[in-house]
Amino acid sequence: MATAVETLAPPATYSGIWSWITTVDHKRIGILYSVTGFTFFLVGGFEALLIRSQLAVPEGTIIDAELFNQLFGIHALTMIFLAVMPMGAGFFNFLIPLMIGARDVAFPRLNALSYWLFLGGALLLTSSFIFGGAPDAGWFAYAPLTSETFSPGRNMDFYVLSILMLGVSSMAAALNFMVTIINMRAPGMTMLRLPVFAWMTLIISGLLILALPPLTVALLQLLFDRHYETNFLNAGGGGDPLLWQHLFWVFGHPEVYVLILPAMGIVSETLPVFSRKPLFGYRAIVFSGLAIAVLGWTVWAHHMYTTGIGPVQKSIFTGTTMLIGIPTGIKIFNWIATMYGGSIRFTTSMYFAVSFIALFTIGGISGVMHASPPIDTQQQDTYWIVAHLHYVLVGGAVQGIFSGIYYWFPKMTGRFLSESLGKLNFWLMFIGINLTFFPMHFLGTAGMPRRIYTYDSGMGWDLWNLFATIGAFTLALGILVFVINFFRSMRQEPTAPNNPWDAPGLEWATTSPPPEHDFDVLPEIRDRDPLWYDRDHDIEPPEAPASVHIHLPPPSYYPIMMALGALMLAIGPMTHLAILALGLTVIIYSIWGWVLEPTD
Amino acid sequence: MAAAAQVEHHATSTGTDNRKLLMWVFLGSECLFFGSLLATYLIFKGEPTTAVNEHGLLLTPANLLDIPLTSQSTFVLLMSSVTMVLAVFGAQNARFKMMKLWLLATVVLGSIFLGYQVFEFTTFGNEGLTLGANQFGASFFMLTGFHGAHVAIGVLYLGSLLLASFRRNGLGPEAGLNVEIAGLYWHFVDIVWIVLFTVIYLIPA
Repeated sequence: MATAVETLAPPATYSGIWSWITTVDHKRIGILYSVTGFTFFLVGGFEALLIRSQLAVPEGTIIDAELFNQLFGIHALTMIFLAVMPMGAGFFNFLIPLMIGARDVAFPRLNALSYWLFLGGALLLTSSFIFGGAPDAGWFAYAPLTSETFSPGRNMDFYVLSILMLGVSSMAAALNFMVTIINMRAPGMTMLRLPVFAWMTLIISGLLILALPPLTVALLQLLFDRHYETNFLNAGGGGDPLLWQHLFWVFGHPEVYVLILPAMGIVSETLPVFSRKPLFGYRAIVFSGLAIAVLGWTVWAHHMYTTGIGPVQKSIFTGTTMLIGIPTGIKIFNWIATMYGGSIRFTTSMYFAVSFIALFTIGGISGVMHASPPIDTQQQDTYWIVAHLHYVLVGGAVQGIFSGIYYWFPKMTGRFLSESLGKLNFWLMFIGINLTFFPMHFLGTAGMPRRIYTYDSGMGWDLWNLFATIGAFTLALGILVFVINFFRSMRQEPTAPNNPWDAPGLEWATTSPPPEHDFDVLPEIRDRDPLWYDRDHDIEPPEAPASVHIHLPPPSYYPIMMALGALMLAIGPMTHLAILALGLTVIIYSIWGWVLEPTD
Repeated sequence: MAAAAQVEHHATSTGTDNRKLLMWVFLGSECLFFGSLLATYLIFKGEPTTAVNEHGLLLTPANLLDIPLTSQSTFVLLMSSVTMVLAVFGAQNARFKMMKLWLLATVVLGSIFLGYQVFEFTTFGNEGLTLGANQFGASFFMLTGFHGAHVAIGVLYLGSLLLASFRRNGLGPEAGLNVEIAGLYWHFVDIVWIVLFTVIYLIPA
């Protein structure tokens, strides 16, 4: 079938590594995002193991206070910006055009630029370890800890410049996917027939588009405070340190939903397939997602109850924070109802999806608790918060991502991951997560502050800290099993059929892995679950015509060149302004080349 | 089939061109960017300051802002939106001489606005207002500076279109669309200035 289809050959084709450098194919960019994101997931995990090793016993001596301060900050930054967000981006790059029946994203070269900017920002942030020290004020970098007085080294400059660069990358990706999902849907793919994963991607794009600018402004203020004599955040010079907290959390709270919504989208795809039943309450889930996106803007000050904001503000933010639990709860009940009465197949992907629901609910419940200012005042800066956020991000986001990996792996590579290794992978991770993070609730309640590099014996914290460390290594072992599983599968022959799971989504209507042009011929979309509709109505997949000419965008090296220019622009303020000027020249040259490059 | 593929290439689900939709969404994002800068300005607006220059002049908005002068530059920028509309009209109706003329006029007016801003910044600098002088200096330069950068990018953007329009094929078959998208950006930058002018210059602290 595929042999009958010829694509119009691009003017220049590349092979080998050069074909990856110049690629504008959404599937290849998705794979680049996934692999890079997972690599940084391992890096972030290694940082976590160092932290847990230090805290395993009282008065640990493995690392010193200074390195510990850098580690907890860069662990969070790595996991948030370099691992979970890119792995989500990997899925939506690979899947969205397939799910909505498009040949590619709306702006293929912009998509490549997003990836290369991400890689540049990620390398810049991680290289801080080599060049004088990683950011040491935590991922939310509260003023005045970040001022030149208290952080005279390069540490926070790396923070500002790499996050700015990663922000531009996310912004470009978000703009691209918003336009793609709104504008590139195949005939018949109405908004309310979009897969939930596509809906969640659309919502994430909207959140990023609106949330990144306040962060950009906050970072610029910090940059100017540190290098150009302003006093935006410096109380001594008439500034306001709380301004940073407001701007940061106006970004930061929507960002939390940016991290969790991909996982919610993924389990909304996998649960129905493995329950052999359409998703229960599609509209309720979609509109709850929208409600979360809107309410997500009204809750940021619940991170700031202890900063002295007034009782009226506290009451309002308590109300909105409790309110946002409702749409989240609606989703959870709909997922459970999807499984109810279904003919469930307990695949590894399903294990992860079910455990996502359970663990995310635990994290959600501890989250609603600190919506209340008096309780939050007690919990602020204790291990309770660490327990909560890890249940949501590891028990939630990461479990969801693993459910997606086991589900879409055949589509992405044409190969299956081993189910028996998968189950081992799951159980080690599941036990590891709970062993690591559940005791942290006890530690927090017992008053152990977060971000301390060591603690005295006899505080009643010894046992649970040891448990948490054992759990962390169990979790790491689970990840190791996954890595082994991955390499074992990649050595096998690709044998996956088009639709191995009997799934309803459009992405399963093409070969595994899909051809460069995605679909030989698009199936007609008559229902929210197009392939199940065709199956149940005995509709044969449409036959590919004898010869089709499909226009594909040619490869381009301008995206990586522009990203290189941006990297020089970021390095400039820390080294020599000549590098900044050179970076600007490269960017301007790339824009001209980009615009004038023929794409037809 | 090749013809069908061509049609498919251009049809979008909403009927709006992808690039135009991209610009609209991007401008939505820019609202939050300027909103955050403006919020910062408003937080510090009217804060008492003790910073004086060497002549003993208190560095406050009332002592420094030259409303008549900036009204002139505001008028220039507003007029550039009119010339932009005429350029879009020319591009969409294949009256390319008209398009080039009004694009040139827009670029010139935008540059004049930038000239006024350079003059204003230099004057303030000479009178002792710097980024570090007080919160007015920091938030004023940051807010109007980033607006000025947007105008400068707009001038480069329109100037590039103008240059490209002298190629043999001009701006190609999509000239109308290309100039219209540039116009969206230009009008947005203009509207932002109307808000900034009102908040910074017209409403007293």
